[in-house]
Amino acid sequence: MEKQHWPLWEIFIRSRQGLSHRHVGSLHAADAEMAIENARDVYTRRQEGVSIWAIPATEITASSPDEKDVLFDPADDKVYRHPTFYDLPDEVKNM
Amino acid sequence: MEMDLLQRFEAYVASEKKIEPKDWMPDAYRKTLIRQISQHAHSEIVGMLPEGNWISRAPSLKRKAILMAKVQDEAGHGLYLYSACETLGVQRDDTIADLHSGKAKYSSIFNYPTLTWADIGAVGWLVDGAAIMNQVPLCKCSYGPYARAMVRVCKEESFHQRQGFQIMMTLAQGTEEQKAMAQDALNRWWWPSIMMFGPPDDNSPNSAQSMAWNIKRFSNDELRQKFIDLTVPQAELIGLTIPDADLKWNEETGHYEHGPIDWDEFNRVIAGHGPCNKERLDARNKAWDDGAWVREAAGAHAEKRAARKAAANTAAA
Amino acid sequence: MNTRFEYLLRLGDDALILGQQLGLWTGHGPVLEEDIALTNIGLDQIGQARAWLSLAGKAENQGRDEDRLAFHRNQEGFRNALLCERPNGHFGDTIVRQFLFDAYAVPLHAALAQSNDAEIAAIALKSAKESAYHLRHSRAWLVRLGDGTEESHEKVQASLDLMLPFAGDLFFSDEVTTAATDEGWGPDPSDLRADWEAILSDTLSEAQLRRPDAVPEQIGGRQGRHTEQLSFLLAEMQVLPRTYPDAKW
Repeated sequence: MEKQHWPLWEIFIRSRQGLSHRHVGSLHAADAEMAIENARDVYTRRQEGVSIWAIPATEITASSPDEKDVLFDPADDKVYRHPTFYDLPDEVKNM
Repeated sequence: MEMDLLQRFEAYVASEKKIEPKDWMPDAYRKTLIRQISQHAHSEIVGMLPEGNWISRAPSLKRKAILMAKVQDEAGHGLYLYSACETLGVQRDDTIADLHSGKAKYSSIFNYPTLTWADIGAVGWLVDGAAIMNQVPLCKCSYGPYARAMVRVCKEESFHQRQGFQIMMTLAQGTEEQKAMAQDALNRWWWPSIMMFGPPDDNSPNSAQSMAWNIKRFSNDELRQKFIDLTVPQAELIGLTIPDADLKWNEETGHYEHGPIDWDEFNRVIAGHGPCNKERLDARNKAWDDGAWVREAAGAHAEKRAARKAAANTAAA
Repeated sequence: MNTRFEYLLRLGDDALILGQQLGLWTGHGPVLEEDIALTNIGLDQIGQARAWLSLAGKAENQGRDEDRLAFHRNQEGFRNALLCERPNGHFGDTIVRQFLFDAYAVPLHAALAQSNDAEIAAIALKSAKESAYHLRHSRAWLVRLGDGTEESHEKVQASLDLMLPFAGDLFFSDEVTTAATDEGWGPDPSDLRADWEAILSDTLSEAQLRRPDAVPEQIGGRQGRHTEQLSFLLAEMQVLPRTYPDAKW
């Protein structure tokens, strides 16, 4: 019996020139060309995009939620990376 | 350990945060979502059929284009929802196989026939209207991919109800025959539409848990009441009569009271004995079976191409 | 004869009949994504039909708008090429029909975009982008089916054998098309045939399909002589406006 699933592709759309591609969802396609065409018809019917990336879902490596603390908490105390950390006299404008 | 996770999960959901695909979730939560999202997706896909019926007979080229775009949107919505469902670890083709075998349910409303052009108006106005009322709260549902799919769906659906109402309005202001057509469609679609909100609250088995998990936000009866309150004045505005002799405005509560709903009919249709259950499933099965050779061919071609590319790369190396 | 009206009708009717047929796929495609794709192409065709028929109505100057022309003409008044009215058949039949048409529409719209008539050029410019996409879609599918499985290859080869004799109608020349070239507002379709042949042979070779042996071509659509299918198609499409002639929708 037919048990041949078309692969799943994750679709990223650039909505306007100057913005980065954003994940919008997924779809199935037999090949890359079809993935782009399907993404165009599925995710840009209302002029939502100017560029499409289609990436085989199996090619995406994701961080694991279990590692969330290890990966992201260390950034918590590095407040000096943010401009608001630095108090400057009011006379200094626009820095 | 499991208890700990569960408590953390429930606290997390209660604080209106989103659950994402790889986060830990209770099995029952996953199962509830798979059931609900896939049913929702199936409803979009089966829902294409009664309206799709009239694409070839739309009475003007503008109406034809609108209807095609609308039914096409339903396909898109089915697709967004199947995608959301796949993030829970089920394959779309398997989900669809459950629909085709009759194992999975879809919204019963689509087991009613579209007999005249006015039905296209009534479906847009009432059925999409009821669907939107059900769907807007889902945009805030606790499962991230479902909530995001619903945001997209709701944004796109906003024209669906309006085009339906506009068809009804045009018919209601038209010739005597057109008026009769519009009233007849309202007569047939009214009760099935208000049944779309599901059984009454005192008889809705899955509701409490879904509410606790922030999958469901309002009770069936609350949404039904809201729909009736909004829709009755719309019917009056275009001079059509809601087919409910007991319908009356209650000054005190500020709501309409409606007559008894025939839940036997509801249960009959769910159990597979609606006017079109068989046609709808047959049509879906036929499309799928007729398409098997096409899907296989595309898969085979992709493999051949990949093999050729690999061979060319080896030759070049 | 109002040659401009006739010429525009041919453009409009091709798009209308194809759009009508593609609409039948909505909800019945081989896979959800393809359902959406075929409907998109159908929507483009209906959009083009509306533009051409509106312009045809203006050229005729008898007060007929796009709907009057689409819904209140009889079979013999239709000017679509016979290829466009071939039934949908299976997915491969539809793809072959669409491919043979798209390979004609691309050079057609390119030539029409050079029209000395600003309105024709404007519609053609918009349509050209659409037909380029349609060709990309139908061509890719023809290759997938031709060079897919043994079953798909045989099926789509049979579709090609079946459809090709009807494609010649697209290139029909007469005093209407001569007037178009003489007056500079449109190409003579017979001049597009070389481009069409080039796309066809290039695609067939990639799809591993055989060019069927030449057989006599079926001609007649441009003069209102149609095949059995069109009457059924029109009966369905026109049922409401014909049944309720006074109604507005």
